[in-house]
Amino acid sequence: MFNNLFSNFYETTAVIIFGIGFTTLLLHRNLIKKIIGFNFMDTAIYLFLAAKGYIQGRVAPILIFENGSYDTSFERYINPIPAGLVLTGIVVSVSVTAFMLALTIRLYKKYHTLDIDKIVRIASKEEE
Amino acid sequence: MEHLAFCQNFPFFTIIMTLSSGVICSILKPKKAMYFQCIVIFATFVMSLITLLFTLSTKTSYAFMMGHFPAPWGNELRIGPFESLMATCFSGIMLLSLIGGMSHIFEDTEEKKTNLYFCMISLLLSSLFALIYTNDIFTGYVFVEINTITSCAIVMLKYRGGKTIVATTRYMVMSLLGSGLFLLGITMLYDLTGHLLMPQLGQAVNLLVESNQYMFPLTVIIGLFSIGLSIKSALFPFHTWLPDAHGNATASSSAILSGLVLKGYIILLIKIFYRVIGLDVIEVDQVTNILFVFGILAMIIGSIKAISQQDIKKMLAYSSVAQIGYVYLGIGLGTNLGIIAASLQILAHAFTKPMLFVCSGGLMDVSGGSKQAKDLSGAGYRDKLTGVAFTIGGLSMVGIPLLAGFSTKFNLCMAAIEYGNIKMIMALIAIIISTVLNAMYYLPAIFNLYHVRHDDSFKDVKAHYHFSYAIVLVIFILLNFSIGIFSDTYESIISMGLSTFG
Repeated sequence: MFNNLFSNFYETTAVIIFGIGFTTLLLHRNLIKKIIGFNFMDTAIYLFLAAKGYIQGRVAPILIFENGSYDTSFERYINPIPAGLVLTGIVVSVSVTAFMLALTIRLYKKYHTLDIDKIVRIASKEEE
Repeated sequence: MEHLAFCQNFPFFTIIMTLSSGVICSILKPKKAMYFQCIVIFATFVMSLITLLFTLSTKTSYAFMMGHFPAPWGNELRIGPFESLMATCFSGIMLLSLIGGMSHIFEDTEEKKTNLYFCMISLLLSSLFALIYTNDIFTGYVFVEINTITSCAIVMLKYRGGKTIVATTRYMVMSLLGSGLFLLGITMLYDLTGHLLMPQLGQAVNLLVESNQYMFPLTVIIGLFSIGLSIKSALFPFHTWLPDAHGNATASSSAILSGLVLKGYIILLIKIFYRVIGLDVIEVDQVTNILFVFGILAMIIGSIKAISQQDIKKMLAYSSVAQIGYVYLGIGLGTNLGIIAASLQILAHAFTKPMLFVCSGGLMDVSGGSKQAKDLSGAGYRDKLTGVAFTIGGLSMVGIPLLAGFSTKFNLCMAAIEYGNIKMIMALIAIIISTVLNAMYYLPAIFNLYHVRHDDSFKDVKAHYHFSYAIVLVIFILLNFSIGIFSDTYESIISMGLSTFG
């Protein structure tokens, strides 16, 4: 059991960071910290993917020029797909972060606080 | 490479057209954006209909290669009767709810930014199409996120107080939790199998199950997918964000969010269950039992909450929680028949709830813009057509024969009886209780519309609506009857579609 955890320590770390991010996003009352939590969560997944794509002793998937020709044997390179997924994921998380920050600015301008519980309380009072 | 008929390209066209029309809408004037958007959505509806007819004539499904890389590497769409039926209905309902709530859209958004609303609608529709058609699970994730952002944006576009922004923020946080779990699930599944396309994933998972390897991670993955997508589709107990978000948005937004957005995720979940994991594995892993129990709880608790609501839109929103419970009840049975019933429920709810939300907009118009039950009393006389449509929608939700709600409840019961044992008893009892509870809030709401008070302050308000609104309501009513009376047709298309999933 623990052997597995230690031999896959990148993945273990990734899942722990994911957990930290998840709980921060879910439970923290401060909106900015929620956004930070969300970024933790996504970054953890990128770490997971990058760790999975890496193969010991191989290099980045850019053709190597050697002895007058390109080396096209795939045994020399790591798996490029996880890197592609990471890039896509980064684009998604950047846009989501931007949207969340815009919402936060709106809320702060209106309620002068970042505490979501307080904001909900004020907003429901406003309704009455 | 075999030659594709021209209409086989249409699903791709619908996605790319709606994506690009969103960009174009952002630079058009609001009125022009409105006409442009309506034309584009109508075009996608026609294309989806042609695709549906094509797939029905060939009775099979086909994979559409995106880009120039063949199957294990490239990205694919997959089009069959099930997908094209859903796409047709979704684009049709999107158009109807947009036209039905058009006057409210212009009132509820800032004058010069209404075109951005249509931009969001366009991107939303494109992401729904992509969720329905995609064969690649990571593309699914990307469009899940596009769906999240756009659906949050159409909640927020109403500039009355901070309430909608708060609702949007809560919606966004819950959605992000859901999509985070979903992404982790995809990552782990990719880690186990090395594939992203659903057919290849399905084969790889099959191999794993046959050799009995990695069963624990597989269970975790199924759990992550189920929890992630059920948070996003507001299954009890993850429904807390829904009533605020759906209750405060403009009429069209509420209609689209309740009727379509929640369903997009469920369709993705059904596809994953069928095509990636396989129903037998799901059954063994007991995940269906959990979904089943939560579905039942949602049916009952959603309805109980709805009874206590005075705000008509909040009531409809809680009713959506209950209706999503029905869908998960069907999925939770884990049988073919159960999923057919769940799919029929997806359609029935997609036909009925947008009609109710559009009606609520019309009723609010003749009641001084108030959503409260006390102001709405007698509104059925002030605006007769809307009153009739609301009555039919409400009765359909309760489950009166000939209407959509009845046929889905009937099908769910049949699926439960086919399943047998303890789940049958639980499902039947839950459906009966939930029907009674549905009646307990829809019937008073309908009676209220035809109950004239002496101190009615809106007695002399006359309904004046655009004729397009009337046409929309009539079409909605006809659609509702169509699914109630010809449910066999819908079912046979769905079951044909699911049989090509394997």
